[in-house]
Amino acid sequence: MQEKFDFIVIGGGVVGSMIARWLSRYEASVLLIEKEADIGMGCSSANTAIVHAGYDPMPGSLKAKMNVRGNPMWDQLAGELNFAFERRGDYVVAIGDEEIPLVEKLMEQGKKNGVPGMIMLNGAEVRAREKNINPEVAGALWASTGGICDPFQVTVAAAENAVMNGVKVMLNTAFLGFITEGNRIIGVRTNHEDFLARWTINSAGMYSDDVMHKAGVRPEFLIKARRGEYFVFDRADIQIDNVLFPVPSSKGKGILVTTTVHGNTVVGPTGTVIDDKEDSSTSTEGLQELADGAKKLIPGLNLKYAIATFSGLRPMGNAPTKTPGLNYNADYIIEIPEDVQVFVNLGGIESPGLTSAPAIAEMVVDLLKDAGEPLVEKKDWDPIRPARPRFRDMTHKERQLLCEMDPRFGRVICRCENVTEGEIIAEVHAPIPAITYDAIKRRTWLGTGRCQGGFDMPRVVNILARELGISPTEVTKRGHGSEYLYRPTKEVED
Amino acid sequence: MEERNLICTACPMGCRLVVKMEGDQVLQIAGNRCRRGESFGRQEAIAPQRMVASTVRVLNGFHPLLPVYTKGTVPKKKIAEVLAEIRKVQIAAPVANKTVIIKNILGTGVDVVASRDMPAKA
Amino acid sequence: MLAKNIYDVVVIGSGPGGVAAAIAAKQAGADDVLVIERDVEPGGILVQCIHNGFGLTSLKEDLPGPGYAQYYLDQAKALGVEFLLDTMVLDVTSQRKLYLSSQEHGYVDLEARALVMAMGCRERTRAQIRIPGMRPNGVFTAGTAQRWVNVEGWMPGKKFVILGSGDIGMIMARRLTYEGAKVERVLEIQSYLSGLTRNYVQCLQDYDIPLQLNYTIKRIMGKNRVEAIEAVQVDQRWNFVPGTEEIIPCDTLLLSVGLIPENELSRKAGVILDPVTGGPFVDETFQTNVPGVFAAGNVVHVYDLVDWVTEAGFGAGKGAAKFALAQKAAEQRYTPVKAGRNVRYVVPHKLDKQTLEQEEVHLQMRVTKPIEEDVWIEVHGENNSIVRRSERYVRPGEMVTVVLRPAHYAEVCKAGTLTIDIYPKSEA
Repeated sequence: MQEKFDFIVIGGGVVGSMIARWLSRYEASVLLIEKEADIGMGCSSANTAIVHAGYDPMPGSLKAKMNVRGNPMWDQLAGELNFAFERRGDYVVAIGDEEIPLVEKLMEQGKKNGVPGMIMLNGAEVRAREKNINPEVAGALWASTGGICDPFQVTVAAAENAVMNGVKVMLNTAFLGFITEGNRIIGVRTNHEDFLARWTINSAGMYSDDVMHKAGVRPEFLIKARRGEYFVFDRADIQIDNVLFPVPSSKGKGILVTTTVHGNTVVGPTGTVIDDKEDSSTSTEGLQELADGAKKLIPGLNLKYAIATFSGLRPMGNAPTKTPGLNYNADYIIEIPEDVQVFVNLGGIESPGLTSAPAIAEMVVDLLKDAGEPLVEKKDWDPIRPARPRFRDMTHKERQLLCEMDPRFGRVICRCENVTEGEIIAEVHAPIPAITYDAIKRRTWLGTGRCQGGFDMPRVVNILARELGISPTEVTKRGHGSEYLYRPTKEVED
Repeated sequence: MEERNLICTACPMGCRLVVKMEGDQVLQIAGNRCRRGESFGRQEAIAPQRMVASTVRVLNGFHPLLPVYTKGTVPKKKIAEVLAEIRKVQIAAPVANKTVIIKNILGTGVDVVASRDMPAKA
Repeated sequence: MLAKNIYDVVVIGSGPGGVAAAIAAKQAGADDVLVIERDVEPGGILVQCIHNGFGLTSLKEDLPGPGYAQYYLDQAKALGVEFLLDTMVLDVTSQRKLYLSSQEHGYVDLEARALVMAMGCRERTRAQIRIPGMRPNGVFTAGTAQRWVNVEGWMPGKKFVILGSGDIGMIMARRLTYEGAKVERVLEIQSYLSGLTRNYVQCLQDYDIPLQLNYTIKRIMGKNRVEAIEAVQVDQRWNFVPGTEEIIPCDTLLLSVGLIPENELSRKAGVILDPVTGGPFVDETFQTNVPGVFAAGNVVHVYDLVDWVTEAGFGAGKGAAKFALAQKAAEQRYTPVKAGRNVRYVVPHKLDKQTLEQEEVHLQMRVTKPIEEDVWIEVHGENNSIVRRSERYVRPGEMVTVVLRPAHYAEVCKAGTLTIDIYPKSEA
């Protein structure tokens, strides 16, 4: 007998997690299925971590609407879910007088989108705020509502709050197809069991096109992978304290030089469209492009202080906008399709997808209400997801008290980022358990410093093995197939 | 007559030696810059020797493996056998530094000894 | 909680540099010497270097790393050096205050009269040399792999390629071969061997492991685990030579591409680093620019023979002890002066006994309330009265002075703290 849910959400990225969290508010059973070994392993964990002000999207598009609706929701969300968020504003910098009209155009666009709090700065004003800026700076757009966050924390926090409020989350569970009755979707087939649902919601990110095609929806909609590569710099050597955008081009928002909530400076992304949806490799050309792009804004940025590179894949869709009279072919799909019953379809949620995520969740709930779904609010819905202690952010006194409370917080495992064994254990046993090295890394920031895991890796493998009750040979980096260890040293294969 | 090219490891210099041999007999050694090089070349050409360091399994030890080494050199051609013998060993902790783990391994006259103290698990 | 919170000499790191410094500090007369080690046992990197080649010059023996470490650790313990294990030093100030953390003791701080930094090195990472490609599991630094194979007891792969012909890469090539793995290739970007020739012969040549000079890695392939690497030849400027690419199937890539002195804590203490060595600027006693902060071993610059690390450690330890003892003598020269009964405050707050040996010292004070009758003004230690004089009255508005003279020196030395009481003669 298959288990039946009111809602099944396909895909546990930031959008799926927010939708699950918004749905958890109502008297309804919700299942979130995610094919990877952890929440948010797709686009959600490899982006620039910017909460966009909203001057960039095409005015009139659903993208613009979601961005501008989502942006102001972040203060409350950060307070409720307890993730790192800083509304510190961002700059779009014009290098040379010829770039000023482009920046002014962005400001106009922002005003059309309803973005508050923007002003134009001249070159001297920009130099005063960012000492390291290219001396040929002619001016900048300053958007005070821009912000930065930790997108891993956001996704995990939303998913955990959903779980705390009764949502079931299944990892390592891949969507294979729909179970239908006529044009009505009544369930999903996965690589484990089948599940029945009153509604299914497609938030499958890079593969949202495959999912909707299986429902017979929008056969012409296609997702291409846009790969973005990044450099991360050593906090001790490079401290750019601002969020700096270049003037955008046809390829996108361009290569930013930005601070992050962890204090590192990040340069990126590039924006290469590729065929392989799984190819998140970094390339020599990409890294060169980053070096050149960084130097445009901050000429003194020296690559030798880079301690990490990574790349992320974004889903670039080709959906025409539904706004009448607007010529735009890369808009968000957030709809209940006419031809298929009880299905909420999302697609093409690329930048500003992170910023828009809470607004998208809200819109999905509104669509369901409009479709006649009786969503009864739970009396005991708890919007608060408590934060777990972060040793490195604590004062001396706080650390003392933490160690007295639980001595395992005294054992520092990641030397560069000061992450303790107590924190690792807490993540393994959290509402969404972190059971791979990368999952621990995303949540605690361990292994992201100068030695890139050199010291902590064998220790984390041992801790995971112990806490999960498995052999160290079963501990993985990112799920099945990415194990660390093959066999005991002395058991030589013949 | 055979000519063998060897790198001398008697000192860090690393002279390139050319050893002329007839069967098992060394006829001539060239390329050495000192006498140690000559005796090294001779030994290396006829019967090369090596020190072997490895690990043995430990029962109930602070670590699962105890590092061990040959207290002297063994014939290079016996290294695989030496390793196989070492792999058979399982020893119970505690073990003291320099304890003889395998006496006179494979009749070479060389002992395999513990490289450190290995206390029992706490 | 720790038993003590101030030590003569504190050494950060129990590798060969740190342990040698601790031994020399004790031998030079330091009373308390503490070594703090982040790992579960002392020895530093030597614990995992199970191959021979240590001690040839300093001990006239050919020992494996752990054996060399054991020799000096035994000596340190016999001298009474204290060890804190499984303990991480999180912060160090230029005043030599340390903040540490461990499961056993919690979050604690302590002070060092002299400090020896002996944190060794970390390994250069993939990100720092920017090897493009996928980011699968199976890309490890040679040291991390060495820890697994030799200490934890696990093989992190079956088929290896090693980038870098440094000693640690070559040593691991042999080690992995000994334990039944296949080392396909060693690639070296320079046109010359990076490590010792002896290791080339005994680790690569002996096992027919090919070494390719002027080669590097163009990209890493594999999604979840390494599946292959693409090797490519380079010219003198390290540009790829087109047409020389070769895909080598493997499941593990080990990186042996350089060691970087680990000076994060040194920086926190205000130590200035030489950008060429990556280590602190030091004088001949291995003292850094921060008084009382010394450095020893690979944290200063990368050594190739451990025997020289030990020698450097001895030097730093001796210097640290000398500094610490001078600090202690200076501290002990001072006697604190405290306000006692009816005294609101006394100036000076402390006095240098050495001064009193030659000159008078005037103690100036004010009373808390008026006493309108004959009073005694008495300076005393814990067990001895040193000087006593009388006044007909004392009032808060009129400063009171007591003079200590060289004649009082002997009695002052018997006291730990001087206390001044003022009380009516009628209460004596």
